[in-house]
Amino acid sequence: MNGQDILVEVQHLQQYFPAGGHGKNKRFVKAVDDVSFAIKKGETLGLVGESGCGKTTVGRTMLRLYEPTDGRIIYDGKIIFDSGKCPLKNDDGSDMTDGNGKPVLGKKTAVDMLPYRRRMQIVFQDPYASLDPRMTIGDIVGEAIDIHRSAGSKKERRDRIISLLECVGLNSEHANRYPHEFSGGQRQRVGIARALAADPQFIVCDEPVSALDVSIQAQVVNMFEDLQQEMGLTYLFIAHDLSVVKHISNRIGVMYLGKMVELADSFELIAHSVHPYTKSLISAIPVADPNTARAAKRITLQGDVPSPLNPPSGCRFRTRCPYADEICAGECPQMKEVSAGHWAACHHLDKVDY
Amino acid sequence: MKEKLLDIRDEYLSFFTPAGEIKALNGVSFSMDEGEVLGIVGESGSGKSVTAYSIMGLTAYPGRLVSGSIRFNGHEVEKMSEKELRKMRGNEVSIIFQDPMTSLNPVYTIGNQIEEVILLHTDKTREEAKKRAKELLELVGINEPERRLKQYPHELSGGMRQRVMISIALACEPKLLIADEPTTALDVTIQAQILELMKELRSKLDMSIIMITHDLGVVASMCEKIAVMYAGHIVEYGTADEIFYEPGHEYTKGLIKSIPKLNSSEPERLVPIEGQPVDLLNPPKGCPFAPRCGSCMKICLREMPEKTELSETHYSYCWLHRKAEFEKGGGAE
Repeated sequence: MNGQDILVEVQHLQQYFPAGGHGKNKRFVKAVDDVSFAIKKGETLGLVGESGCGKTTVGRTMLRLYEPTDGRIIYDGKIIFDSGKCPLKNDDGSDMTDGNGKPVLGKKTAVDMLPYRRRMQIVFQDPYASLDPRMTIGDIVGEAIDIHRSAGSKKERRDRIISLLECVGLNSEHANRYPHEFSGGQRQRVGIARALAADPQFIVCDEPVSALDVSIQAQVVNMFEDLQQEMGLTYLFIAHDLSVVKHISNRIGVMYLGKMVELADSFELIAHSVHPYTKSLISAIPVADPNTARAAKRITLQGDVPSPLNPPSGCRFRTRCPYADEICAGECPQMKEVSAGHWAACHHLDKVDY
Repeated sequence: MKEKLLDIRDEYLSFFTPAGEIKALNGVSFSMDEGEVLGIVGESGSGKSVTAYSIMGLTAYPGRLVSGSIRFNGHEVEKMSEKELRKMRGNEVSIIFQDPMTSLNPVYTIGNQIEEVILLHTDKTREEAKKRAKELLELVGINEPERRLKQYPHELSGGMRQRVMISIALACEPKLLIADEPTTALDVTIQAQILELMKELRSKLDMSIIMITHDLGVVASMCEKIAVMYAGHIVEYGTADEIFYEPGHEYTKGLIKSIPKLNSSEPERLVPIEGQPVDLLNPPKGCPFAPRCGSCMKICLREMPEKTELSETHYSYCWLHRKAEFEKGGGAE
């Protein structure tokens, strides 16, 4: 990947949340642990995984809605956060070392986010909880315009709000109404208009269609695609529904318990997945086709996802993985490039065969 | 003729709210034989849960059955007294609710909650009930049942809790199990486990299941018959193959087209159903789907379509089936 095309990149991103205890006994939920990836301009990167795997935390941490515990966030070539504790990366993705093989660390940085907020926005999952019930739709959308002072006059502000609403398939008469007057799909449109108000380049879409009915879901997914075409947006599209993510994304990252386990082009990932977790995830999706569904052999994973408070040693997936052995318990697998642009983290890639 | 296990005829059910009458069900009719698995699909607000709850006499205030009849196992449900209903619920019909997090009582142990059902409906002693509870947990695939019986709901994961809910529902070997979105709150890998379990239990215990869901994928793998609901109407009913491969109603077609396909190898655009879901406070005249329908005719906006039988097991309510007739006669246009 050429450094020129990359819009946003995270390296060794880590996010631990304190979960009680003091001093030595202090415990942490390891929500995101050493995740690295880059998103190109105009691209959609999908993030999938089960609940609690850290996909939402990755999205929010990238916008610095949470302050990362460790790692580096680079936006449009500028470092917007660096903990100063993790090694810099070479162009080929490996860690940078000095002459003696010691890692070269970055410089501790934390920039003021206000100018970046205009360029990085988020659409939240729950359209019922993410809109202030006491504000009109016009004011919700207009708030970003006010904060960034991007409108010169009242008339300009109003025109801009109306054009934003029209952009997402609503109209001017909706501007004076309140959120409770809208259906779920319409509210999600308002959420998207709000994100667009700041005129961003990059939008984190945090499960934007999960709360919607199928028929409405398709409308909203199409709208995301149209907006991307028109405005040249870049998305991080987070969802647990692999079929939706596959539909909208150029590339997909699969997460399990705070780690990225596989990252590939979306068609490649569905057709030729190599990680045992990805394989079982794909086979678990109920297919809306009775003949295929009857014939399909499911790989049913045993057990539940372990607690992120106390994740298994080594490979996090080993407690549910049919291939796990001592190596998996002892050592955490690193991301390896299986074929061009297809990365996976597993010790037994050569053995995996369902 | 042998009586059907469940026979619902022309059920009209409304919620009388301060804002006006919400017509949740507008003439729902269907029947089920013993051992059948029926899937009810539809969007939120289409009336699928309301239909299922009314079978158990669980319609919540201010809802009321306006007309029609529900016969379960030869009894009229709406004529049953509260005492008779109690006897039926949990014993002959059981329900698994959508959210396993909130449908278990947090202050009682799992064992306590399973035993309660057994003690209430059978004359087993406490000891026997405990033994049965242990068997049930084994049946639904929970390991270390002895230990689990003493645990509280918060100590279990979502999938585990749903298994406990299923074991409670199965405690008295019901003839009919209603599963109201049993896997919607669960992750895909756990959903796959629960669906496998339900299939296995069904062949083991030989019961009928009504599976309520909005996920077409779930019904495709589980159900023999499918009813598609829209705005309080069953708009189409048929076998799984008929619904998926020869859908008759425009809404069903739209629904199938609007789900992204996982195994397609080229990028393709989704075909959504345009417009917003119906407002049940003032439903449109005529066919409720007409305002969102791509091939809407004049008659659709005026009159509710009649039932058209497409095969012995397949029917749908849509004027388009009779379009050819209209064009010949020129009457309806």
